[in-house]
Amino acid sequence: MKTNWLLSAALAATALTFVGSPAAAATKFEFWYGLSGDLSERIQEMCKTFNESQPDYEIVCVSQDNYDNNLQNTIAAFRANKQPTITQIFDAGTLDLMLSDAFIPVGQLMADNGFQIDWTNYFSGIASYYSTSKGELLSMPFNSSTAVIYYNTDALAKVGFEGTPTTWTQVEDVARKMKAAGYDCPVAFDPAGAWQWFEQFSAIHNQPIATKGNGFGGLDAELVVSKGKFVDQLAWIKKMYDEGLFIHKSKDAGETANDAFVNGKCQITSSSIADHGTFSKQAKDGVHWTVAMLPMLEGFERTNSLVGGASLWTLKGKSAEEYKGAAAFYNFLAEPAQAEWWSTVTGYIPVTNTGFEAMKAKGFYDAAPYKGRELAIASLTMPAGENTRGIRLGGYPSIRAEMVKTIQSVLFNNVPAQQALEEFDAKGNEVLRRFEATYAGKSLL
Amino acid sequence: MERRAYYKNPMLPWLLLAPQLLLVLVFFYWPTSQALYWAFTLEQPWGGGNSWVWFDNFISIFRDREYWGTVLRSGLYAMVTTGLSMAIALTLAAFVDRSLKGTKFFQSIFVWPYAIAAPAAGVAFRFIFAPESGLIGSINQVWPGIWDPATNGWHALAMVIVCHAWLGIGYNFIFFLAALQMIPRSISEAGAMDGARPFRRMLDLQLPLIAPTAFFLLIMNIISSFTDSFGLIDTMTEGGPIGQTEVMVYKIYFDGFKGLDYSGAAAQSIILMLLVIGLTFVQFKWVERRVHYN
Repeated sequence: MKTNWLLSAALAATALTFVGSPAAAATKFEFWYGLSGDLSERIQEMCKTFNESQPDYEIVCVSQDNYDNNLQNTIAAFRANKQPTITQIFDAGTLDLMLSDAFIPVGQLMADNGFQIDWTNYFSGIASYYSTSKGELLSMPFNSSTAVIYYNTDALAKVGFEGTPTTWTQVEDVARKMKAAGYDCPVAFDPAGAWQWFEQFSAIHNQPIATKGNGFGGLDAELVVSKGKFVDQLAWIKKMYDEGLFIHKSKDAGETANDAFVNGKCQITSSSIADHGTFSKQAKDGVHWTVAMLPMLEGFERTNSLVGGASLWTLKGKSAEEYKGAAAFYNFLAEPAQAEWWSTVTGYIPVTNTGFEAMKAKGFYDAAPYKGRELAIASLTMPAGENTRGIRLGGYPSIRAEMVKTIQSVLFNNVPAQQALEEFDAKGNEVLRRFEATYAGKSLL
Repeated sequence: MERRAYYKNPMLPWLLLAPQLLLVLVFFYWPTSQALYWAFTLEQPWGGGNSWVWFDNFISIFRDREYWGTVLRSGLYAMVTTGLSMAIALTLAAFVDRSLKGTKFFQSIFVWPYAIAAPAAGVAFRFIFAPESGLIGSINQVWPGIWDPATNGWHALAMVIVCHAWLGIGYNFIFFLAALQMIPRSISEAGAMDGARPFRRMLDLQLPLIAPTAFFLLIMNIISSFTDSFGLIDTMTEGGPIGQTEVMVYKIYFDGFKGLDYSGAAAQSIILMLLVIGLTFVQFKWVERRVHYN
């Protein structure tokens, strides 16, 4: 009798929990991202808007502080089968994920859940970075940026330069005149900025970083930086550094390049377009500045620069309901109003043609503080070249770190640029071969 | 007169040990066995599978010139950090032990550094040593360019070593002081009556008597400099400039977590583990023989 009583109590309790939950409970799913501070608050705001816009899904957005942490935590969670439905992975981490069997391609996800998205609407420079070599988009483009150069307009005016320099020769000339005019720091330079000083330089000059179109043609690509134009460019940077025209600014030195620029101490800096908003907010009184596309070497046709930032990946191992939620969230992100809000409150660029056109038509880019941000789109949509699709190299975070060391050894230890870059190629190739062996038997999608 | 305690039930000792054993098993043997397995495979980071490669990971590590650089650097780091930290701690302890004026005050002050977490100390030292704006950096205004850890690898390494040694002083100090105070006063006083000055008494009487403590500290310091340097380096230099503050443990972190080369990092941890075990073993085997406990 007693067992029966217990059993019925248990049954009743179970029944109660079923009744107790509302009939149309929202499906919860998680989204992990690697941004912090102001940008994290924007994402929280975005999540709130999404949750309020519909009753069926509830997205839970969790900041993991930075891209590296988010990647590590996502991997750890995935291996323990506790992964979020959506995770934000930075550009350089794309290939590892591509070769893993851990994700659902965004195109398939949207189609399966009945959303029609015109993928051709996405800027090709952005889409190609996150697509297979056959053009299938694997992850949802999210926060996107590209590298630009910022000038202090007062300093330019003082040395009598009209407009903004468009070639590195002009930059050299201007920097020298600035030095003569009493500016201690014409150009702020941080070797950690391999992304803008090396990768973007290679892209806009259509210089290969690796064979096979920077690795898009297969895992057996090899680094060829020491055979390209970057050798001369690095030697030139060294010359400028020795002359005191490029000044080393970094966290270690006590002030970052960007801080030195907004404080008016340095007159030129190269950085992401995403910093445009930060500069507007932080520029000291009396510091006037403008933005321009990265300068070119003389005699080169400009090709498109590379997209930076991160994209959203949908991870495997979740329920169909959660995937519906993820698809709804992506659809929400693609809405013009949402896209516009996102690039207004951050410095990130719109990722679709129509999004950009709509903002342009509204006059968004006509006046400060947003004027100039359209240059990033212009830079991204230049004619494509063989080496401008992106960088599809295994272990790329290591290779990028190796490039930082290489630039440092040229600048600080006087290693000749040619020799330093040959060593860079050799070390990078070891990373690539190791990566190839780790994924033996797999080929690029 | 059998005085040894023994258990009648053979299971009982194991049961009593079980909680501790379980902890060691879960937090040491299990991860170590995982690392050992990975060290012999090529592991895909997202868990898509792996392939057995025997000693390939170790061979490629040993062939890497940069890896040997980190090994030598770790050795230098361990020696200098340990030497610096223990020497300063011993000096301070000797002064405090002499019961000079304000001893009680200094006794508590000298322990403070140990209570500071390594990353917090790292941030503070980074500011103090910053070439452009820091306290130490101000010597650059007298002699421009004389101090620049941002571009000079030796300066950066010195900066981290000083910080690590500073952090260890408190811990070493407490042990040294306790050991010094354990020595019967009469011995020191007898020495004094024979006309030995404090420094002579230190060398001939106190040092030999605190040798077991010094030996213990030596091992602890060396192990700590191999494994605890991570937090400092990560906040102070991130291994730079030009990788010249990259010690073994930092390279493991970088290759594994940033470079996603799990197998290479696992193989390196195994090497580091063997090195630390080996060092400790050698010390017990050879150094301990010269230490007299009684």
